[in-house]
Amino acid sequence: MDTIEIFIRKLEAEIEELPSGTLQPETNYRQLPEWSSMHALILIALAETEYDVTLTGEDLRASTTVQAIYSLIASRAN
Amino acid sequence: MAQFSVSGSRLCGVAAAVPAAKQHNADYDHISEQERSLLIKTTGIATRHIAPAGMATSDLCLHAAEKLIAALNWNKDEIDLLIFVSQSQDYFLPATSVVLQARLGLPKTTAAFDISLGCSGYVYGLSTLTSMMATGGFRKALLLAGDISSAGITPKDKSTWPLFGDAGTASAFCYDANAKTHINLQSDGKGFEAIIIPDGGLRNPVNEHTFIEEETDKGIVRHRRNLWLNGLDVFNFSIREAPPSINTCLNQAGISSDEIDFFIFHQANKLILETIRKKLKLPPEKVPYSLADYGNTSSASIPLTMATLGDAAVGNKRWVLAGFGVGLSWGTALIETQDLLCLPILEIESP
Repeated sequence: MDTIEIFIRKLEAEIEELPSGTLQPETNYRQLPEWSSMHALILIALAETEYDVTLTGEDLRASTTVQAIYSLIASRAN
Repeated sequence: MAQFSVSGSRLCGVAAAVPAAKQHNADYDHISEQERSLLIKTTGIATRHIAPAGMATSDLCLHAAEKLIAALNWNKDEIDLLIFVSQSQDYFLPATSVVLQARLGLPKTTAAFDISLGCSGYVYGLSTLTSMMATGGFRKALLLAGDISSAGITPKDKSTWPLFGDAGTASAFCYDANAKTHINLQSDGKGFEAIIIPDGGLRNPVNEHTFIEEETDKGIVRHRRNLWLNGLDVFNFSIREAPPSINTCLNQAGISSDEIDFFIFHQANKLILETIRKKLKLPPEKVPYSLADYGNTSSASIPLTMATLGDAAVGNKRWVLAGFGVGLSWGTALIETQDLLCLPILEIESP
């Protein structure tokens, strides 16, 4: 499993709308003005293709910060 | 387990017809410029062809079938089977396939019936057709698959309007005792509300509330005769179920993904397709897309994408065809073709 820094770098690479450095472990990403439902799908796709981890809509609703979503993915990754 | 292998039919040609009129997502002003560019980038859909009022799915399938029959130099009296796959049929009844049998000038000895499925419909139609042809009782068969999805969507709903395009297709199958087809079919009706037009059938007949528009989310205004799409559920379903369905079909056939020339996925949207492709570790050149120019064309998307390949289909080719979506319903077919005829996409001005 990647470190949280690498995870953030990969997520920012997928979401061009977010200026580099926007995402920090404590960031409540769903409150960002740029965040949309499309970004939720991009995050789910990243978890599937990079870590072979399935995230549901419920998982996203329950994980408000970048750290929380990273920890969830890490706990499910092989 | 709905997994089986049958011999007896070979796909020998595909043709597709779309309405000439186009909608460009770059012009979709129901959403902000920022949202629009994110939508086009993520879905991969730039343009869709939209039917004018009065055009029915059968009109598009008819044009495609006539062109294909002529190109193959088929004698119409030898066409023993016509299957029409759609969820936008011409009439509540009778079945559109039977109407098409007459419009195409096919003999009364032709068996004709409809299959009501969308995204998975081509694979289900192909499996039904190949199973019937395996009996040896059919010489030539047509699988006509298409949808005018635009009839159920509104520009006020950003979750559906920029995604769907209209198309009708024709696929021609010849009897060939040596041609083997491998099939894997699945369904999960617990997800029936993930993609649904709620009113208009017998469960919820059209009533005084049917056409009342409601804003269910920002940018999503719809009534109960419109197509409702739960994007997150469909996304999760597609990336969860399509890859194992494809792997199961390959294992069943004893063929590795390296031995497949083309993987044709139902054209849902680019993010879904790329996630499936990456999970299966497939190179992009083996997974062609048609969605940039045509969008999600429902039951037409697999044969339409095949038709866009043109001369690339010449020679002996192995194909994996995977459909997944409304139902929820999904399936994979593995077929082999020899010099498959792929006609250029037809653009139709009026019915």
